[in-house]
Amino acid sequence: MALAARPTGSLSFVRLAPGLTLAVLLLPIAFGLAATFLPAFGYLPALGGTELTLAHFESLFAMPAIWRSAALSLLTGVVTAGVSLLIVMLFVAGWAGTRTFARLQHAVSPLLAIPHAAAAFGLAFLIAPSGFLVRLAAPWAGIERPPDWLIVNDPLGLTMMAGLVAKEMPFLLLVTLAALPQVKRAETMQLVSAFGYGRIAGFLFTLWPQVYRQIRFAVYAVIAYATAVVDVAVILGPNLPAILPVRLLQWMNDPDLSLRFLASAGAVLQLGVTLGALLGWLVIEQVASSICAALRGRGLRMVRERMLRIAALAATGTTAVLVFGGIALLALWSFAALWQFPAILPDAFTLSTWQRALPRILEPLAVTLGAGALSTAIALCLTIACLEQEARTGRVAGRRAMLAIYLPLIVPQIAFVFGLQVLFLASGTDQRFAALVFVHLVFVLPYVFLSLSDPWRAFDRRYDLIAAGLGRSRLALLLKVRLPMLSRAVLTAAAVGFAVSVGQYLPTVLIGEGRLTTVTTEAVALAAGGNRRVIGVYAFLQTLLPFLAFAIASLAPALLWRNRRAMRP
Amino acid sequence: MTESRDKGLALTDITIGLNGRTLLRLSARVAPGAVLTVMGPSGSGKSSLLAYIGGFLDPAFVASGSCRVDGLELTSLPAEQRHAGLLFQDPLLFPHMSVAANIAFAVPPSVRSRAERRAIAERALAEIELAGFGDRDPDTLSGGQKARVALQRVLVSQPRLLLLDEPFSKLDMALRDQARQLVFDRANAAGLPVVLVTHDEADAAAAGGAVFEMRAA
Amino acid sequence: MRLATIALTATFLVGFCMSGASAADPDPAEWQAVLDEAEGQTVYFNAWGGSENINAYLEWVGEETQRRFGVELVHVKIDDTANAVARVLAERTSGKDEGGSVDLIWINGENFVAMKEEDLLMQPGWAGDLPNWRYVDVENQPTILTDFTEPVEGLESPWGGAKLVFFYDSARLDAEQLPDSAGGLLEWAKANPGRLSYPAPPDFIGSSFLKQVLSEVIDDPAKLQEPVNEQTFEADVAPLFDYLDALHPVAWRSGKAFPQNYPDMKQKLADGELDIVFAFNPAEASAAIAAGELPDTVRSFTFSEGTLGNTHFVAIPYNANAKAGALVVANFLIAPDAQLRKQDPAYWGDPTVLALQKLGEEDRAAFDALELGVATLAPDELGPVIDEPHASWMDRIEEEWRRRYITGN
Repeated sequence: MALAARPTGSLSFVRLAPGLTLAVLLLPIAFGLAATFLPAFGYLPALGGTELTLAHFESLFAMPAIWRSAALSLLTGVVTAGVSLLIVMLFVAGWAGTRTFARLQHAVSPLLAIPHAAAAFGLAFLIAPSGFLVRLAAPWAGIERPPDWLIVNDPLGLTMMAGLVAKEMPFLLLVTLAALPQVKRAETMQLVSAFGYGRIAGFLFTLWPQVYRQIRFAVYAVIAYATAVVDVAVILGPNLPAILPVRLLQWMNDPDLSLRFLASAGAVLQLGVTLGALLGWLVIEQVASSICAALRGRGLRMVRERMLRIAALAATGTTAVLVFGGIALLALWSFAALWQFPAILPDAFTLSTWQRALPRILEPLAVTLGAGALSTAIALCLTIACLEQEARTGRVAGRRAMLAIYLPLIVPQIAFVFGLQVLFLASGTDQRFAALVFVHLVFVLPYVFLSLSDPWRAFDRRYDLIAAGLGRSRLALLLKVRLPMLSRAVLTAAAVGFAVSVGQYLPTVLIGEGRLTTVTTEAVALAAGGNRRVIGVYAFLQTLLPFLAFAIASLAPALLWRNRRAMRP
Repeated sequence: MTESRDKGLALTDITIGLNGRTLLRLSARVAPGAVLTVMGPSGSGKSSLLAYIGGFLDPAFVASGSCRVDGLELTSLPAEQRHAGLLFQDPLLFPHMSVAANIAFAVPPSVRSRAERRAIAERALAEIELAGFGDRDPDTLSGGQKARVALQRVLVSQPRLLLLDEPFSKLDMALRDQARQLVFDRANAAGLPVVLVTHDEADAAAAGGAVFEMRAA
Repeated sequence: MRLATIALTATFLVGFCMSGASAADPDPAEWQAVLDEAEGQTVYFNAWGGSENINAYLEWVGEETQRRFGVELVHVKIDDTANAVARVLAERTSGKDEGGSVDLIWINGENFVAMKEEDLLMQPGWAGDLPNWRYVDVENQPTILTDFTEPVEGLESPWGGAKLVFFYDSARLDAEQLPDSAGGLLEWAKANPGRLSYPAPPDFIGSSFLKQVLSEVIDDPAKLQEPVNEQTFEADVAPLFDYLDALHPVAWRSGKAFPQNYPDMKQKLADGELDIVFAFNPAEASAAIAAGELPDTVRSFTFSEGTLGNTHFVAIPYNANAKAGALVVANFLIAPDAQLRKQDPAYWGDPTVLALQKLGEEDRAAFDALELGVATLAPDELGPVIDEPHASWMDRIEEEWRRRYITGN
C-alpha cells in the first residue's frame, strides 16, 4: 500500500533524497578510482608522468613474491568470510530460539563496537609465546623463558585470519539476526522436526537459503574488507611477504616518490584481487548450494548433531572470550608498571600512562565526537528521506540500489582514498572539517541505511493510513508517529553510524592531514610505537565511545517510553 | 432534490484490476448514516476498494472511477485531504501516546489551543465511559476499550465518511455485538456514509444496508 | 566515470601549470624582521608521534614559543615521516604552492634526500643564518653538515644526535660474554639461538642494523661514502648477505618473522623473547626503565670499533604557510635551554647537537650536571662514530634484502 504521492511542492528534499544519496555514495568512489587509475598507467604530471605506459605494472609484477602477497590477500578474504559465515550458520541453525542463543547474542553484539586494531592487539598479547595464555600455563609446564614458537605473524596468515574472523563473525551474526524475523523460523522448524530432521539440517534445507539471500551483500563486504585489510595484517599477519595491502601502503608511504606510480599500480591489482575473491566466492556459493541440494535430495536428516552444535557454540563463545579478554588485558596494561614474563599480573599499578595521555586526547576527542555526530546526523536525514520517498512511491530500492549502497564497503578504501585527497586539495577549500565529515559520510551512510531500512520497512503501514485518514499531513505523520515509534531503531542506526565514523582511519588521515586527528588516528600513530600501555589507553577510549553510543540508543527509549508498555523491545 | 441526491457517498463506475485481471466493478450510492457492505472471501481484493477510496492503493493496481462525498470528488485529492476515517481489525492506537493524546492527535488543526484539543479528547472519552482514562498507557486498556478509543479517534477528526476493514473480527463474541451497535449508531448519528468490508454475514446483517458480494478471484 | 576522468585530468593539468610561483620568503639574516612576521603565526610541525616522551617535550616547546615569541606550535603527529613528504607532494600536485599544510618537518636521511631532489624544500639554505647556529657543534659532529653523505646546504637545521647502542638485561646475560663487533654478535646468536633479531627493512632501525653490519664486513668501507657502484654492488654486499644467511637460522622465529620496530623489540626484551636489542638513542633504555617498561637491570653497550651515528633535523617545505614562524621554532630547538631539556632523560634523553665549549658558563654546568640514568653510557663511553653510508646504499640494500628474503618460502 502506498499513500498517493502528489507533487505538492512541499518536502521536495524527500524527492531529491535518493539521487542525493546515490551521489554521496558513488561520486567519491568514481573520482577516487580515476585518480588512482591514471597514475597506475603513468599519468601524474606533478611527478613527471605525462605518458600512458604499462611500465609500472611491469615493475609491480617484478616485485619479489608479489603473486604470493596477492594470493594471500585473496585467500584471506575468502577464508575469513567462509569461516565466519560457517560459524554463524551453524550457530544460528543449531541454537536459534534457545535461551543460550539469546544470552550469547547479547554478549556478541558489543564485539562489533571494538575497533579492529584494538581487538588484534589484544589477541596478539593473549596468544603470543610470551603472551597471557603461555604465562597461565608456565608454572605447571615449567616454562621459564617464552618458547620460540611462530604463532603471531605466521607465513600462511592463519593467526591474522583468526583475528579477522573474531571481528567479522559478530558482524555477520548481527546481520543474520536482522534477517531472521523475515522468515517464519519457529513454524518452519516445528514442521521440519516433525519430518524427523535435526535442527541444523532442517534449518539449512529450508530457511538458510532465504536468510542467505538477505545477508549476501554483507558477506561480500566482509570479503572485500578482509582482502584489503591493513591494521590487523600489520599486527598479526605474515611478514615475508606481507599481504598485498600492507605492501601497498609501504609503497604509498615510501620517501622515494616515484614509488607512487608503483603504489597506484598496486592499488589496481588490489582492486583485481578483491574482485577475484568475490568471483571465487560466487563459485563457492554455487558449489555449496549444489552440495546442499544433493544432501537434501538424499533426505539427510542429521539427527545426531550434538557435536556440531557444541562446536558452533564453542566457536562463538571462544570468540567473545578471546576478544573481550584481549581488550581487558590491554586495559590492564594501561595501568601496569613493569610486567615481565612470566608474571600473570603486573609488578605494580600506576596511573602515569593515563596521566600522560589524557591531556593530549581532548582535542582529538572533540573532533571524533563532532565528525561522528555530524556525519551520522546527515546520514540519518538522507536515509529517512530515502525511506520516506520509498514509502510514498511504493517503490522499494532494488538490487542495483542495494549494490550502490554496499559499494563503498566493497571497493577497497585504499584504492580510492588517495585520489580523494588530491581532489580535496584541488578544490582549494580550507573547509577541512566539512571535508572530513563528508568523507566519513561516504562510509557511515551505508551502515545507517542498512540498519534502519529493515525496521522502517517492517513498520505497520496501517498506522500511516490511519493518520492520513485523520487528516494529518505526511510531515506530521513522520514527526509524530513514525519517528517516535521507531525511535529505538533510529537511535540504534545512529549508534552504528557513529561507531563506523569513530573507526575510520585511512580517510581521516588523508583528509584530516594531521590537523584534524581523531582518537583512532592517534591510536594508530601510537601503535606505530608498539607501546602496549599507551595502546591500552587508546583502545579503551576507542572502544568506549561506540559503547556509549549503543548504551544511549538502548537506554534513551527505555527512559522516554517507560510508561508505554507496547514500546518495550 | 439535487441537494439530497448529492448527499452521501456516490461511487460511479469503480473498476479495480491487478495484473490485467479485473477484481471489482462497482457503482453504488451510500446515503449519510447508511452502510454499504462489501462481502467476499479473503484474497478477493475487497480491501483494495477501501484503499482506492482512501487514497492509498498500491501502484501495482489499476483503478478508475469516481468517488464523491456530498458532491466533492475524492480521487483528485491526496490521502490526507480526503478525510476518510479508517478502522481496522486492530485498534492501532499509537503506542507512544497517552489515550487522550491519541484522540487529540486527530482533532482538526483548526482547533489551535492545546487545552481545547485536550478538552475535546476528554469529552470524547466521557462519551464512551472512559472518563479519567486520558493519561493511561493505551496498552493497559482492554480490547473493547481500545476499540472504542479508536472509534472516538476517528470521529473527532470530523471525517467525510468511514471505511471499515473487518473491524470486529478480532473482538470476543460478547463484545462484537456491542461494538457493532456502537459504531453503526454513532456513524448514523454523525450522518456519515460507511463502507464496510467483511466476510462475516453477521456484520452485514447488523449493518442493515446494501450488500455487494464479490466472487472469489 | 568519463566525466570524473576529465575533471581529474583538468585538476592535474591546473596543478601542473600553476607550480613554480612563490611569494617572498623571510630572510633569517634579518632576524628581527623574522620575529616580527612570526608573531601570531601558527606552525604545523609534522613529527613522529609514536613516543609519549617526545610528544610531551614538543608540548613544552609549544608553550615556550608561544610565551617568548607569540608563535603557536601544533604538533601534527604522524606515524611515518614519509606521510608528510607525501602531503607536500600532493599539494604540489594540486597546485597549492602557497599556504601549504606542513610548516616544519622532522626529517633526515632518505626523506631529506627525496625532498631535496624533488625541490620540495624552502630555498635558499637558511639554517646557518639562525642566531643559535653559533652554538652548533659543526666541528666534532660531521653528520650535521652531511646527512647520509648528502650535503645539507642549510636546507635543514640540526635537532638531535643519534648513535646505535645495544641493550641487554644484566639479570639474564653476563656482561663478560657480550659481543664487541658484528661478527661477535653472530657468534653470540649461534650460541643463544632464537634470542636476537632486527626489525625488517624498511624500518629505520632494521635498515640501520644492515648498514652497521655492512660497514663492518665490506672489503673497503670508503666505498660506502660514495653512491652505489652498480658494477661492484653485488660483490660489495655479498659479505652482508652471507652474514644474514648465517644469522637467520639462529635468529628469533628462525628469521621467518621480524619485530616491527624498536618499541616492539623493547617490549620483546621485557617479555624475555629477545636478549639483545638496539636503538638509535643512547638514553632509550634509561627512559624505558623510568617508565616501568624495562627492568632496572637493563644496561647498554656499543662496539669498540664504532657504531653508526647520525643527526636528525627539521626542515621547512617550499610551500609552508608560516615560514617565519617555522624559522623561529627551528632556532628555538637549538637554543641551549631547549637542548638541555631534550638531553635530560627525565624528559627525552636525546643527545645534544651543541658544542658544550661554545656555551656560556652556566649552560655548560647545567649540561655537565645532567643525571643520564643507570643504563646510559657517558658520552666518552659511546665509542667511535661510523658515518652513515650514502643514501643510495639504503635503497639498494633494502631492495636486495627484499629480493632475497621476501620469497614466501
